[in-house]
Amino acid sequence: MRDILNAKMSRRGVLGAGAAGVSLLAMPSILRAQEKSLKIGVYGGYFKDSFDKNIFPEFTKATGIAVESVAEPTGEAWLVQLEQAARAGQAPADVSMMSQVAMLKGQATELWAPLDTGKIKNAANLLDRFVNKYPDGRVAGIGAVAWYITLVTNTDVYKEAPDSWAAFWDPANADKLGLLALVSNSFLLEVTAKTFMGGTNALDTEEGILKAFEKLAEVKPNVALWYRDEAQFEQALKSGEIPMGQYYHDVTGLAAADGHPVRSTFPKEGGIQDSGCWALSRASKKAEEAHVFIDYMSQPSIQAILSRKVGTAPTVKRELLDLTDAEFAAVSSDIEPIVPRYDLYQTKSDWLNQKWTELIVG
Amino acid sequence: MRREAPQKLSDYGPLLFPAGMLIVFFVIPFATMIAVSFFKRDPAGFYSTAFVFDNYARFLSLFFGKVLGFSLFLAIAVAICCVLLAVPFTYLLSRSSRRTQVVWLVGLLSVLSLSEVIIGFAWSTLFSRTAGITNLLVAIGLMSQPVALNPSFGAVLTAMVYQALPYTVLVLYPALVRLDPTLTEAARTLGASPITSFFTVVVPALRNTIMATLIMVFIFALGSYLLPQILGRPQHWTLSVLITDQAIYQSNMPFAAAMAVFLVLVTLGLVGLTLLAGRKGEAA
Repeated sequence: MRDILNAKMSRRGVLGAGAAGVSLLAMPSILRAQEKSLKIGVYGGYFKDSFDKNIFPEFTKATGIAVESVAEPTGEAWLVQLEQAARAGQAPADVSMMSQVAMLKGQATELWAPLDTGKIKNAANLLDRFVNKYPDGRVAGIGAVAWYITLVTNTDVYKEAPDSWAAFWDPANADKLGLLALVSNSFLLEVTAKTFMGGTNALDTEEGILKAFEKLAEVKPNVALWYRDEAQFEQALKSGEIPMGQYYHDVTGLAAADGHPVRSTFPKEGGIQDSGCWALSRASKKAEEAHVFIDYMSQPSIQAILSRKVGTAPTVKRELLDLTDAEFAAVSSDIEPIVPRYDLYQTKSDWLNQKWTELIVG
Repeated sequence: MRREAPQKLSDYGPLLFPAGMLIVFFVIPFATMIAVSFFKRDPAGFYSTAFVFDNYARFLSLFFGKVLGFSLFLAIAVAICCVLLAVPFTYLLSRSSRRTQVVWLVGLLSVLSLSEVIIGFAWSTLFSRTAGITNLLVAIGLMSQPVALNPSFGAVLTAMVYQALPYTVLVLYPALVRLDPTLTEAARTLGASPITSFFTVVVPALRNTIMATLIMVFIFALGSYLLPQILGRPQHWTLSVLITDQAIYQSNMPFAAAMAVFLVLVTLGLVGLTLLAGRKGEAA
């Protein structure tokens, strides 16, 4: 009898120990102590591939923090997912690369955990306009990369590169343009204002914006494709099916380097400059690692690698970089850029979107 | 087999699993969507819990009315084209040899394995100026130079019919195979030509099946979002495209939800009307 009892006890003991072991393994804090890791969201496709190849392995080597890269969609889709997840206390990625409109919208709901620049000593290298701050001065995001949207053409169809955005309005280009389909990522209002209305300040008033819409409406007959998906336009541009449009300077340069008959031109009114920030979700429990990562990415040497390998424009000061003039010219331009009116997409987003949709669909 | 109403509570047992699935994957998400459609939109951020009609008010405009009208028109056009093509085809298929039937059905099933993205991009290549079918017409001398066939309404319609046709055939197939061959034989003996007997015997006998198929294809086509975007001009964008724009790109969930609820209500209303009309027609 006693033996049986003992046996039972021990069996139960084994089961208990097993259960305890399992729950121990399931506790993330213990695993985390063994291996430091960070989930980082970058735009899927070409961007993520080059980060996976050129940046993340070196970072892990230098800091011992393992990186799990997450492909994020462009536009505000990723912002919506991060926000919904944060409401549930989850972070699909700890650090994400976010566009400026998304940064401002995230600020409105306190989605971004404030960053401590004391722990990011390389943040001092950045150009001021690439540090994203809450209205009360807390730092919401640190500039990751900058990029340009420029005037792109197929070199087989257009032997001479156009030199002005006004080419979009040229009746000779009927049904030849591919333009971004949304008001908040095409920035065509700013282009219209800069090209025909003396600058983006013309958009300060609603009358000014309506005038810009009116001018922009003249472009409609020239547009063959309003694209949301970049691959859709890139393919058509390479084949010459849609031989002109607006597209990313970096990707176009890479396609040209691969031998495709495409070119990217900075028009005399300037390319559209947009940029991405590294931002930390408030639901993330990896603030320490995130600060290490952002600090690492803000080093001039890493920014130079990004310019050479990914083709993005640096967010740190030009004089700190060892880029040659030719290398710098390949990713940027001395022509004053068109800087999007991000404020409009926050304060008037629904009104702008409604007018825009009516303009292109109507 | 005798059918009788369930007597005990346990007789309802087999219903539990499908009912649970329906609740988890349809009722709860749909209820959430209805709730969100009344929430208050914060243009600078997301939304806050509230009970407002703003989202529905914004939708009730001539602009969105036209978009909704176009979406319904497109879905009806796709449904009619599909049924017009599929009924004669499936009828002939059901009269052919077993071997032919299997080959065709396997072919149709393999079309189902293509995603909407692949179908969209494939058709956009076929309709393109640089690599499309018009190059073939130029090669055989029917055209002087290749032209782009998309973006256009025809391109959207073609691709959507291509996508929905396998479903249409597969829904019609069982009914047509079961159709009593003596019916047409009788018609033929009485002197009707094959075409006359098809229209006077086969089609009326399949009235309900054809109606159900039309409704199914209509609903299937109404949700289309990618093909109008890839192959159409902005005026060919369906309401689903605008819903996605609001939900994904503008982070305006309440408005997107309101539009989606409205679309579902209009669809249900139309389907209800169709069924009602069908019943009246039968009674007459």
